[in-house]
Amino acid sequence: MRALLLRDLRLAFRAGGGFGLSLAFFLMVAVIVPLGVGPAPATLALIAAGVLWVGALLAALLSLDRIFALDYEDGSLDLLATSPLPLGGVVAMKALAHWLTTGLPLVAASPILAVLLNLPTQGYVWLLVSLAIGTPALSIIGAFGASLTVGLKRGGLLLGLLVLPLYIPTLIFGAEVVKSGAEGASIGTPLAALAAITAGAWAGLPLAAAMAIRANLR
Amino acid sequence: MLTAQNVSVARAGVMVLVGVSFHLTAGRALILRGPNGAGKTTLLRAVAGLQPLAGGSLNGGEDDIAYGAHSDGVKPTLTVAENLTFWAQIYGTHLTAPAMAAMQMETLANRRAGQLSAGQKRRLGLARILVTGRKIWVLDEPTVSLDAASVALFGAAVQAHLAAGGAALIATHIDLGFAAGVLDITPFRADAHAPVLSGQFDEAFL
Amino acid sequence: MSIWEYANPKKFMETSALLLPWLTGLSAALLGAGLFWGYFLTPDAAKFGSTIKIIYLHVPAAMMAISAWMMMLVASLIWLIRRHHVSALAAKAAAPIGLTFTLIGLVTGAIWGQPMWGTWWAWDPRLTSFLILTLFYFGYIALWQAIEDPDTAADLTAVLCLVGSVFAFLSRYAVLFWNQGLHQGASLSMDKQENVSDVYWFPLLVCIAGFVLLFVTLVLLRTRTEIRARRMAALLSRERLA
Repeated sequence: MRALLLRDLRLAFRAGGGFGLSLAFFLMVAVIVPLGVGPAPATLALIAAGVLWVGALLAALLSLDRIFALDYEDGSLDLLATSPLPLGGVVAMKALAHWLTTGLPLVAASPILAVLLNLPTQGYVWLLVSLAIGTPALSIIGAFGASLTVGLKRGGLLLGLLVLPLYIPTLIFGAEVVKSGAEGASIGTPLAALAAITAGAWAGLPLAAAMAIRANLR
Repeated sequence: MLTAQNVSVARAGVMVLVGVSFHLTAGRALILRGPNGAGKTTLLRAVAGLQPLAGGSLNGGEDDIAYGAHSDGVKPTLTVAENLTFWAQIYGTHLTAPAMAAMQMETLANRRAGQLSAGQKRRLGLARILVTGRKIWVLDEPTVSLDAASVALFGAAVQAHLAAGGAALIATHIDLGFAAGVLDITPFRADAHAPVLSGQFDEAFL
Repeated sequence: MSIWEYANPKKFMETSALLLPWLTGLSAALLGAGLFWGYFLTPDAAKFGSTIKIIYLHVPAAMMAISAWMMMLVASLIWLIRRHHVSALAAKAAAPIGLTFTLIGLVTGAIWGQPMWGTWWAWDPRLTSFLILTLFYFGYIALWQAIEDPDTAADLTAVLCLVGSVFAFLSRYAVLFWNQGLHQGASLSMDKQENVSDVYWFPLLVCIAGFVLLFVTLVLLRTRTEIRARRMAALLSRERLA
């Protein structure tokens, strides 16, 4: 299991691994939105939490098809499926590698982008907390979506169509944490819900994804 | 070590092979033959556990099989040694060095796999099989893009594996240079009059 | 004699062929009667005027939109556990019907909402949940269409339906939470038993029964089509082998 995680991290950091692409995309969103909405600080402060979360969502989505597609194309997925590793574990490790290479940098970069979007000061810590708790769910839900489309030649668009509805609860609770936190309101319920979604998704989805991969390899 | 009884396999809802039986014992290799599209790959994938059987049964070999497909699962941005070490860790062995020696890849150990020639890449794929330490090798066209010398190298590796009490099921068209049983799957090809299996696959709709 | 007998395509075709004319006639009769009763034989409501009458389409369509997804969920489970092809095909057949009901619900809701609340659309929890359900239907149908091998497609869509159901359920609660306190003014929901007098309630019941039967009829019809298509594919591939 650890070997797989390390291999995926190594592949992501080597040339062509795509590390940093989704981070750059996240930055793009934070720059594009004020250009479209206008520079009024009050407006930006109002939408900052939502924009940052939507940006995180789209940035995660962008890199999802890499989770399994490359391994599928070069035959590694066949070999992993016949290896002693449980396939659910393979899914979980690949999702974890995805989070470490896309989600975690996003969390780290989010305060800088929050400055661009004029997020109220009290919101910063909750932005970090909500992204840190919520983005792992984005990775594992995305891995599930990627497992459904792994056998398809042009699955990218379909992947978005399948995954984005599944992201809705995470998005709502995540953005709510930041919004309430920025207003100084209580954030207990959305934060608990966000954590529950992440935990539940990591507990259940690797198995569902393993089922989907088996069906796709058949 | 591995017994197939009356095995039937299907691909995309269509029966491909019906009633294949064979028995694989330690120290023996079985060569699968048959024209293109006969169902060799489908049968091997079923034996490797990637596909459900459409009928019959497979006994033994659950945790002993190392499967080698058309594509080697080689990562071009990792070096030869990194590629092999990864699979050794997955299978919990330390056979990277002997496997590289057997396939004469020591000099290439630190070369990126993406810079290898097609034949070298194939040798790396075969070294991966050695690295697993598994008893039963299930190989699909292992000699594609290998030159004569490399084929001999591969033949020697298989023979060493058999001598150590292993077994191998290999789909290939060429002579590997050692004695082995041959299973021609042509007679088992499903035709329009193949027996209808109730509840399974598209036959349910006929 | 077990219910699973009907999972055999042949048996299903025979039985559904017998049932279909009756179901068609009955659903047409109920819908005709219910809609006629509702539109022409009931008075205008004091609060809503004649716009109240859209409930005879709006409410049953909305109910069936959710029921259709439930039916797909059950059919998907049956496929995953017992691997009955008819079950998978029934789930596939139900999806576009469910989507249509969802769209009817959304459109009639907008038409009703315009005169009542002065807006075609509001991000009310109930409306939003419905819009999200539409997205789930889109994804499910798109996945069926994207995958060539029918058994693989059945497996993947069934898994998606299962996971999707959980997340659709979560979304429903997330949305309720999300709009708390923001939009308390006009509640678009209407408690049937309390707010609707018997005059409207009884024709509504007839319409709901009509919609249920319409759904069953359409699913049977579409499942038969899917079975014929599969049969044709099987015959063609047999032809190719021969």
